[in-house]
Amino acid sequence: ATELQWWHAMTGANNEMIEELTKEFNESQSTYKVVPVFKGTYPETLNAGIAAFRSKQPPAIIQVFDAGSGTMMAAEGAIVPAAEILQKGGFTFDKSQYLPGIVAYYSKPDGTMLSFPYNSSSPILYYNKDAFQKAGLNVDNPPKTWPEVFEAAKKIKTSGAAPCGMTSTWLTWIQTENFAAWNNVPYGTNENGLGGTDVKLQINAPLYVEHFQAIADLAKDGAFRYGGRTSEAKQLFTSGECAILTESSGGLGDIAKSGVNYGIGQLPYYEGHGPQNTIPGGASLWVFAGKSDEEYKGVAEFFNFLSQTEIQAKLHQVSGYMPVTMAAYEETKKSGFYEKNPGRETPLLQMMGKAPTENSKGVRLVNLPQVRDILNEEFEAMLSGQQDAKTALDKAVERGNAAIAAAISN
Amino acid sequence: MQRVVFPNKILPYLLVAPQIVLTIVFFFWPASQALYQSVIREDPFGLKSGFVGFANFSAVLSEANYLNSLKVTVIFSVLTALLAMGVALLLATAADRVVRGKTFYRTLLIWPYAVAPAVAGMLWLFMFNPAMGTFAYMLRRNGFHWDPLLNGNHAMILIVVAAAWKQISYNFLFFVAGLQAIPKSLIEAAAIDGARGTRRFWTIIFPLLAPTTFFLLVVNTVYAFFDTFGIIHSVTGGGPARATETLVYKVYNDGFVNLNLGSSAAQSVILMAIVIGLTAFQFRFVEKRVHYG
Repeated sequence: ATELQWWHAMTGANNEMIEELTKEFNESQSTYKVVPVFKGTYPETLNAGIAAFRSKQPPAIIQVFDAGSGTMMAAEGAIVPAAEILQKGGFTFDKSQYLPGIVAYYSKPDGTMLSFPYNSSSPILYYNKDAFQKAGLNVDNPPKTWPEVFEAAKKIKTSGAAPCGMTSTWLTWIQTENFAAWNNVPYGTNENGLGGTDVKLQINAPLYVEHFQAIADLAKDGAFRYGGRTSEAKQLFTSGECAILTESSGGLGDIAKSGVNYGIGQLPYYEGHGPQNTIPGGASLWVFAGKSDEEYKGVAEFFNFLSQTEIQAKLHQVSGYMPVTMAAYEETKKSGFYEKNPGRETPLLQMMGKAPTENSKGVRLVNLPQVRDILNEEFEAMLSGQQDAKTALDKAVERGNAAIAAAISN
Repeated sequence: MQRVVFPNKILPYLLVAPQIVLTIVFFFWPASQALYQSVIREDPFGLKSGFVGFANFSAVLSEANYLNSLKVTVIFSVLTALLAMGVALLLATAADRVVRGKTFYRTLLIWPYAVAPAVAGMLWLFMFNPAMGTFAYMLRRNGFHWDPLLNGNHAMILIVVAAAWKQISYNFLFFVAGLQAIPKSLIEAAAIDGARGTRRFWTIIFPLLAPTTFFLLVVNTVYAFFDTFGIIHSVTGGGPARATETLVYKVYNDGFVNLNLGSSAAQSVILMAIVIGLTAFQFRFVEKRVHYG
């Protein structure tokens, strides 16, 4: 059998899912054998793939996280579009079968799907029902807009219902990239980078300043607590420290396991701006160039296998990630899963609520991980009281633009 | 000195061959790659590349963040070396006085050295993590606003303590050996002359320990420069706002996270030059002033 390596970054329950799926695929036919290999964190996996490509020994399939998408897309000649792969295998790629928000994010401006969406998530709001009760807030109706969330956070803090009102994981992905899409404000020029690589950031616009200044003010009183750059803040919620959390829908498993009496709401927005639609996070599968036709056929078979309704439905219901195909979504709806598991449909409704505008298809920069780092540094300096939101965002734009200009001149 | 003559012409070369091969494979070859990468600019995948001369170097040297990480490295190294050596010396002099169970105490004190840097980092992180750390909780309870995630000084304290803790054992071993090498007669003579403990320590023991101290200073500096990557990576990731980004961490971050290979390579070359310079300086000038007993 032709062996196809699949490098990935999944741990725990998500890793078990990968093992299970590849086993099922390998047993369903005998021509190809997909071998999953764990390569560390998302950035480590991407680096391993790049290093392997440079030494001309890349794997057939590699899982790349959302922020790395721009890096892969800019590397024309290093990758083969997923749509092309499916055609090589004799399958037709029908865009309408897939969830529009997800496909748009992983496609070229002309609509060619570049990578196969494997695990997609969307940010949602989690709240601690016990703390809400104690603070005298409505337990069944979480705050909808950001000003309401900030008020609730203050009330929780001052009433002593919890030591901290609110926190958020991923200030970059949730509070800037998704903030832009959900409130329909531009993140940068050139359709946030989907229209072209030359992007000037626009995240120092008044709405961003207002939002981050509010967070910085809450941080001063301790009503907002910072957890870290990625998903560390989740612990502040599961330990009962903070009563409101904005986090990926993929974090649901840990939160459910922690035993906190939690509720789910949609991502907050600003009145008069949102809600538009959220953009997917998570990761997709990329195929490297320079492999044999035989291998590409095998990858096509595997992608086709992954698109099957029952596989997608299982992936969605077990892992908390979103299904990629419309059929799997319909199937899950019909099965009554959402009635039994309230809140599980929220990430999908958020993403599919409205047709995406040019502000809400996603954010794509050739060096998004680096730009995220720059933002994180300025946010940290802001939250520790060294600068106000306007200064932080102006500096972030200036430094980010310089980094983007340097990266595209490479 | 007596000249040693080997009758066999080939054997000596064969004997040093493994060492030479290792040096070439693990030092000269990567170093030459770094030199090469530092003068070209290339996209991460190696699809397009071009010679840019010293552009990478001038970009690095004019970057405010680079100077910041230089400052961070110096502060971090000095603090780590001082703390690791100070505590080790204190423990060594104390262990020297213990009469019963000497070996037992020493064995316990050597343990931390066997812990991998990343693990040491995680241990301290668990204790002082603002979200779930026991000590962080105690500090907050007592009204101290402990927040290494946002306060750069707190983050620096955390990595210095973690890095020093791991190195104390090593220093301890050498100080114990150094103390044992000091002739008892000297100390006894001083005692008879009426010198008390502290005075005996500063006028006799400490100067006689100078060779050990100097050796450890070099080792600890090199350790703080290069071997603490695991600790920084697992505890602070260079943050908050670059407050704990050392030169080595920046090389990693620019090369492997930001995928800017040219800049990363240029930084490695500068780092290489710094280390060569530092070592030459220490052995040429500082060592001469140290009195070897």
